Amino acid sequence: MAAPMLRWCCPGRRWAFSRIGDGSRHEKRFPAGSASSGKRGHSSVAQQPFITAQKPRKGDHEWAAVVGLEIHAQIASNSKLFSGSQVHFAAPPNSLVSFFDASLPGTLPVLNRRCVEAAVMTGLALGCHINRKSLFDRKHYFYADLPAGYQITQQRLPIAVNGELAYSVCVGKKPAWVATRTVRVKQIQLEQDSGKSLHDDPRARTLVDLNRAGVGLLEVVLEPDMCCGEEAATAVRELQLILQALGTSQASMAEGQLRVDANISVHHPGEPLGVRTEVKNLNSARFLAKAIDYEIQRQINELENGGEILNETRSFDYKLGCTVPMRDKEGKQDYRFMPEPNLPPLLLYDSGSLPAGVDPQQVINIDQLRERLPELPSVTREKLVRQYGVLPEHSVALLNEVGLLEFFQNVMKETRAEPKKVTSWVLNTFLGFLKQRNLAVSESPVTPAALAELLDLLDRKAISSSAAKKVFAELWRGEGKTPAQIVAEKKLELMHDQEALEQLCRATLEAHTGVVTDLKKGNPRAINKLIGLVRKATLGRADPAVIKEVLERQLSS
Amino acid sequence: MWARTVCLGFRASAGALRGFTSKADPQGSGRVTAELVEHLERLALVDFGSQEAVARLEKAIAFADRLRAVDTDGVEPMDSVLEDRCLYLRSDSVVEGNCAEELLQNSHRVVEEYFVAPPGNISWSKLDEKGPNSAE
Repeated sequence: MAAPMLRWCCPGRRWAFSRIGDGSRHEKRFPAGSASSGKRGHSSVAQQPFITAQKPRKGDHEWAAVVGLEIHAQIASNSKLFSGSQVHFAAPPNSLVSFFDASLPGTLPVLNRRCVEAAVMTGLALGCHINRKSLFDRKHYFYADLPAGYQITQQRLPIAVNGELAYSVCVGKKPAWVATRTVRVKQIQLEQDSGKSLHDDPRARTLVDLNRAGVGLLEVVLEPDMCCGEEAATAVRELQLILQALGTSQASMAEGQLRVDANISVHHPGEPLGVRTEVKNLNSARFLAKAIDYEIQRQINELENGGEILNETRSFDYKLGCTVPMRDKEGKQDYRFMPEPNLPPLLLYDSGSLPAGVDPQQVINIDQLRERLPELPSVTREKLVRQYGVLPEHSVALLNEVGLLEFFQNVMKETRAEPKKVTSWVLNTFLGFLKQRNLAVSESPVTPAALAELLDLLDRKAISSSAAKKVFAELWRGEGKTPAQIVAEKKLELMHDQEALEQLCRATLEAHTGVVTDLKKGNPRAINKLIGLVRKATLGRADPAVIKEVLERQLSS
Repeated sequence: MWARTVCLGFRASAGALRGFTSKADPQGSGRVTAELVEHLERLALVDFGSQEAVARLEKAIAFADRLRAVDTDGVEPMDSVLEDRCLYLRSDSVVEGNCAEELLQNSHRVVEEYFVAPPGNISWSKLDEKGPNSAE
């Protein structure tokens, strides 16, 4: 049977939901009386009897996938959400744990102001409504790295709701243009992180480190408005950039500061949504899209084969490249939510409602935080387009690498070359060299000033484009020479002696009469051969365009 | 002096509130089934042990059910007597921690400054043998 195809609706390809051939497929799956044997059951999607005379088509059926995300971002704060122990990535086990984090009896939670500000700022950046009153709850479950037996979270009334996250996808290749998608932000809530479990299966035990227990998390819940792995990965990337720009989280997936769970289901367009599975442990930016796409395909395959999707929790196995059911999470979890009795409601204010005569340390003014919001990535990209005429997809690329934007802006400050040239050199040549050697922008041996000088030489036509590339490679060796020095040393200046050039051209024409005849016969590509020969003779120091002009003039005379 | 906060319309819906209390009792009969007992034992890791314990639970539910005699339409539920208190905001400084040795003393088993726990989640079958609340 032909592999069932998922019509990717991204990047940007919206498919027409106009096929009616699907109906016949459903008839096969009706119970009792169905002629087809061996079908294990029918999908839990409500069946609508389709009456059609069309023959059932194998393979090639349209499916739509629906992806929602729950993203946990560790708040960048000095101390934890409800206690004064330190937040730090690597430290000796259990050294950053207070009595409250270890849930010793008699300890109480005390809310960290910075964490609340981080949540409000993130909510504002995502266009959410900030709840002036929000509540804390306990979510109960037993696990060794959750010493209290419950997690303090905000289930009933979170701090921010109803926002929007916009991200860009590239549509088409030539000409490429950028489309904006949005995904609704259902809510943002404050919650505690759990400790870390290290499973020591050979010795049948788990080692628990509580350094992470109690660290503040922002849970951002995105509605199932995304349709595939790429959209999800792009949305997560944009959220990462926003959190980093705000300074509310470093959002590094590698360091476990950003964790993503996906809720995935598939259905036929026009029909109700299918049963969803939750995929956890998506902690790598590289594999996020792959894992989601794998799960989508797995669900399609399962349904196409007459199976059904269980509402279960799965984990992504990086080694095998597939999703597997999680043993511990079988059966529905009952978290027995209850209000956190030790914390009164969290009240936030704006300039209008600020109570008089209160300690400013004890109140949070939303308007003040809104004024202090730093520039968001989307605004920065827009500015690049407006100020420098950078293409939208290039503005995305410039913001995608740490430090690259600053590098670009520093080069722009010191060079007279056109922004287009600068962009091309930064994104292609410079970034290419960095990636090849796996370096960060901060580790670059080439400074913005050096690149600026090089581009000026190119702009003045003091050197050719190919010579410039040679100079750049030389600069990369980091021996401290300036571009001008390298050009002088290697004699890479463009030849400006018109007389000498004319002589060289004439000599070449005389030496290669065969090619000349070929050209006169009407072969247009012969001219390129001649240009190449002259260039060789000039040791690459002449501008090909000028050579062409001289040759053509000489040939026509 | 805090003025009483005006309710801004964010009422917990009656349905959501009832979710906290009435898992036992969808029809109002106050009966606790064997299935429910097993479910609760697994969730809370307690041991109901005997029919008397179940009977006691049913009496407790019946006692609490008397709340339903009160008409609470339009009244915002109170979840804490602290609801009028000011939630204290702590400044973001590191003032605790660095007491691994002290904390580890509380643990039955320790390996190189890690707490030791059974693999995976707390096993239900083991509880049957050893009784509730045993860590291993």
